[in-house]
Amino acid sequence: MWFRTPGGDLLLDYIPVLVHFVIVVGLTAALPALHALVGGSRPTPPKMEPYESGVWTIGSTRERVPIRYYLIAMLFILFDIETVFLFPWAVVYRRLGAFGLIEMLVFVGVLGAGLIYAWKRGALEWE
Amino acid sequence: MSFVPLILVWPLLGWLVNGLAGRRLSRTVSGLVACAAVGASFATAALALAAYVQASAAQAASAAEGASQTALSVIVPLFTWLGAGDLWVQASLQVDALSLTMALVVSGVGFLIHVYSIGYMAHDPNVSRYFAYLNLFIFAMLLLVMAGNLLVLFVGWELVGVCSYLLIGFWFARPAAAAAGRKAFVVNRIGDAAFLLGLFLLFTALGTLDISEIRHRVGELPDGLRLAAALLLFAGATGKSAQLPLHVWLPDAMEGPTPVSALIHAATMVTAGVFLVARLDTLFLSSPAALVVIATIGALTAFYAATVALRQHDLKRVLAYSTISQLGYMFVAMGAIAPAIGIFHLVTHAFFKALLFLSAGSVMHAMHDVIDVRRLGGLARTVRWTAAGFIIGGLALAGIPPFAGFFSKDLILEHAFALGMASGNYIPYALGLLTAFVTAVYITRAVALTFFGVPAEAGAHPHESPPVMLWPMALLAVLSVAGGALGAHAAGEPLLRFLAPLLGAVEVEGAAAPHPPAAILMGISVAVAFAGVLTGWIVHRNRRDPSLGAMGTLLEQRWYVDALYDRSIVAPGHATGRWMAGPVDLGVIDAAVNGVGRLFAALGAASRRLQTGYARQYALSVLIGAVLIVGYWILR
Amino acid sequence: MITPPVVDLTLILPEMIVLGVALLVLMADLWLAPERRGYLVAASLAGVLAAAWVAAGAADGVSFAGMYVRDALTRVGQVVALAATGLGVLVAPEYLRRYNLDRGEYYVLVLTAGAGAMLMAASRDLLMLFLALETLSIPLYVLAAWARGNARSQEAGMKYFLLGAFASAFFLYGIALLYGETGTTRLPDLTSALAQQPAGISAAAGVGLLTIGLGFKAALVPFHAWAPDVYEGAPLPAVAFMSVIAKIGAFVALLRVFPLALGALADQWTLVLGVLAALTMIVGNLAALAQSSYKRMLAYSSIAHAGYLLVGVATATPPAASAVMTYLAIYAAMGTGAFAVAVALERSGGEADRIEDYAGLAGRAPLLAAAGALFLISLAGLPPTGGFVAKLGIFAAAVETGSVGGLALALIGVLTSVISVYYYMRVAYVMYAGEPDQSGGVRLHASPLLNLALLITAAAVVYAGVLPGAVTSFTQQVGALLSRL
Repeated sequence: MWFRTPGGDLLLDYIPVLVHFVIVVGLTAALPALHALVGGSRPTPPKMEPYESGVWTIGSTRERVPIRYYLIAMLFILFDIETVFLFPWAVVYRRLGAFGLIEMLVFVGVLGAGLIYAWKRGALEWE
Repeated sequence: MSFVPLILVWPLLGWLVNGLAGRRLSRTVSGLVACAAVGASFATAALALAAYVQASAAQAASAAEGASQTALSVIVPLFTWLGAGDLWVQASLQVDALSLTMALVVSGVGFLIHVYSIGYMAHDPNVSRYFAYLNLFIFAMLLLVMAGNLLVLFVGWELVGVCSYLLIGFWFARPAAAAAGRKAFVVNRIGDAAFLLGLFLLFTALGTLDISEIRHRVGELPDGLRLAAALLLFAGATGKSAQLPLHVWLPDAMEGPTPVSALIHAATMVTAGVFLVARLDTLFLSSPAALVVIATIGALTAFYAATVALRQHDLKRVLAYSTISQLGYMFVAMGAIAPAIGIFHLVTHAFFKALLFLSAGSVMHAMHDVIDVRRLGGLARTVRWTAAGFIIGGLALAGIPPFAGFFSKDLILEHAFALGMASGNYIPYALGLLTAFVTAVYITRAVALTFFGVPAEAGAHPHESPPVMLWPMALLAVLSVAGGALGAHAAGEPLLRFLAPLLGAVEVEGAAAPHPPAAILMGISVAVAFAGVLTGWIVHRNRRDPSLGAMGTLLEQRWYVDALYDRSIVAPGHATGRWMAGPVDLGVIDAAVNGVGRLFAALGAASRRLQTGYARQYALSVLIGAVLIVGYWILR
Repeated sequence: MITPPVVDLTLILPEMIVLGVALLVLMADLWLAPERRGYLVAASLAGVLAAAWVAAGAADGVSFAGMYVRDALTRVGQVVALAATGLGVLVAPEYLRRYNLDRGEYYVLVLTAGAGAMLMAASRDLLMLFLALETLSIPLYVLAAWARGNARSQEAGMKYFLLGAFASAFFLYGIALLYGETGTTRLPDLTSALAQQPAGISAAAGVGLLTIGLGFKAALVPFHAWAPDVYEGAPLPAVAFMSVIAKIGAFVALLRVFPLALGALADQWTLVLGVLAALTMIVGNLAALAQSSYKRMLAYSSIAHAGYLLVGVATATPPAASAVMTYLAIYAAMGTGAFAVAVALERSGGEADRIEDYAGLAGRAPLLAAAGALFLISLAGLPPTGGFVAKLGIFAAAVETGSVGGLALALIGVLTSVISVYYYMRVAYVMYAGEPDQSGGVRLHASPLLNLALLITAAAVVYAGVLPGAVTSFTQQVGALLSRL
């Protein structure tokens, strides 16, 4: 019985997820299909513009993004995740006691070292 | 006999000294160190012989009369080399008649060649490297012959291969030397693969690789398995001992310095195959089918190589083919259930072939590296001692009594005849006799073209070699004359008696030892040898060298065996390598990937566009592997 | 109810030492003057040595809610991984200075990857194994791209990263499927769960996907395609390190997952692993034959060695498990050594990568050439070197099972080893017999640290070949661990 866990529970809890999945796939398939079947298609040059009735596009739309942007973005994600870990820790802080504090200090300390590193190497400066 | 390991330690020390400090030593010191190391090894081996004979006598005395006389075999344990699971390998040396004989020959002949090398290599810039290799080679060869365990033997076996590879290519500036080294290595690998498989087979079946244990327990093996193991090991022996069809490397190996050819490719290393058969005599002698194969291959090789030697123009190549041919004789002896005789021939051959090579080297020394017999001539008048040495060696090779080669070759033919009487298979005898004739012809040709007649090139001023080269030759010449006494009936056959308890112990069932008419056979041998020399002299006197027409072309092309190998094995082999790296890895695997890729294209067009270069193909190959593996696991 | 997990921090002391030193090196490099980077090297080595000393003597135990285990396999695996890490540090400094790549982060990455391999050896949980795998892999991706100005190095890093991520996804998905089937990711629980019920589809698929994830790291055929490209492009010291450390991590994990955790289901996976091993040995060795680049040749050679190692995993007997660890230990020496020889050479401002570049090396640097020949002989598995002992142990274990499969694998192993002798000895031969380069295009660089690395590896290869008992008696405990199951 592949849908049972070894404990014998049915994986019923996941039925909503399955339903959601089916709806998403069905809808994304159905709408374009419906459009292709029912709707007509009469392309004219203005209709093919990226921004129809909008401003004329000038130059390539594929602009290069400065590499610095990714660096900052990555650092943001790293420290963002740090925060994510801090929340549950804060919730059970009392029950974890001194051990939890030290553990978290070590964790923050390591990340702090990372921050110092990034800072010192100039990763935080835009120019 | 706790001092026995010293036999190995001396050359190892010599190697270390020359290898590590060689550049700081003067060339004289370098040579002296190397010679002293091998000389000490020989002396130690001689002491071991004395101790062994004494112990043997004591054992015989303590064993009551009537007790079966078993050969004394002393195991000298060194250390536990490997111990994992069922595989326990004791690194040990085995001291018995066979290993002592071999050790004495290797270190003795080796010593003489070391001394000769001092003179021969006097002007080479890398002399310390040369002596380091040479010492290492002696160590490896001694390890091989004294090993008490097949795995230890294999270590020596591989090590001599490596040394030979290094020494053939010693003068690496010559492309031919480089190619020759490579050829020797590759061909030997084929033999080694068979050897290893045979080893694994024996280990699987018997659970041991200890030589004396294997010798005593081969009877436990089923016939088929015994035959398979014997044939695999023999295949290994054909590689090292240059027998058909793995003989092609030896003639090319002559690109190395001549003393190396003398030591490795004539006197010692190439005899490792013969030694292996003798070492595991019980295994081979109890597989009649294997014996037939051995005798036949040996006889065919002896004949083939002798005929090829008829039309070689490089003096060293003549000797190389001669070596192959003589090794064939030794295998005939093994196949004819006479391992002791084979070892006897091994010993005499070591003497006279070393002499022939050293003399050839001396010719090269005299003629500034000219070695083509068509460009030589008349040297007997200018380099007398060298000529005398070569002629003595040649007479021994041709089997003219009373030179050493006569006794051993005659005994081999006698036993080959006995084999014929016992089994009706007279092919080895017939081929052996024919080979004896051809041998006498080709060596007479070599002597006639090199040393007699009018010199081919005027203006050359041959000079005799220095005493340091002539003395070893003189000693070898003495041995080539007197060495026959080791197995001559009149002299009491000391060597054969010595080996008999060990190698004569196998009684073959049902073979009521036939007694061939020894005197008549000996007469025939002598007559054939003289006829050969006479024929050779009549044909080639005054340096005439008729080309023999189509027959000669066939011989010059070595019966087209090398060409056949090039076409059928070497070229396709190279092609396969290129094919695996090119079409298969990039073509087939990637093409399959591409093919499947098209299947996935509809689904994965978007994701594929994200990846660039060939990474997508690699990813797809991972994916296909994944599909196959997961598919197997789900569907099984 | 949440309780703090029971943790025994002393258990992970070796890892803490290595990572602590990595952190220290990272911070110190920020303020240290460039000419004093030698201190970083010294600190890294001291950390590795201390960690190895602790790891070799640490007591057994399980902690971190059963996710971490220290047992015989951990001990041996960590000591070998630390040896490889130490060598990885030793071969780098001179090269990095030579090509102006000398940055302290290099050693941080090496130490972190080493810690990843150590954690792989200690994982008792699939998730832990995954994290360890990533801790090992990500520094290696960066190391592959270390030569920033070099397009090939960039390409190597990118390729390695993309394909590695791809393989990691398989691995993670395999964990998910196994969790779905059994409700656990702990390896011992997995064993009992799978032993109780007939393995379902998702469990089978899960095991398959785990194989792929680890197979990629180990460069098994058909997951090997990245290896030659990455090895060719990445800087030499990085290759020397990654080729060894990735193999150690992957094979320790394979031992942990297959013979140790899934030993009861051996009949289900031996065939797959056996076929992979055979394919890997054949393709690796044959493709190596035609290479003209030293690094590519060694890349295919490393693929071939993965095949031999996998024979040991597929055999899955106690002697085979010990033999795999012996092999890894010896491979750490000879693999690093073979690359270290190349590190010492330079050809017109770049790496000396063509086999012709080694021509006549014996004349110019006899000791270096001798070491090179020794490593090649050992890689080829010829006695009396460690490589021979390593291969012998694996093949003997395979033959000992007496099964047709084991015999067939040993046979393929012996035959392909014979083929391999050709391409290894071709290089050794060129070193000794080739026409030496007269143009002066190939330059030699000696440095005390590199010489030390060469000396250590060469001595280890010889020592393991002549007195293998010292190695095998240490690795034997892994077999004992397996036989206690």
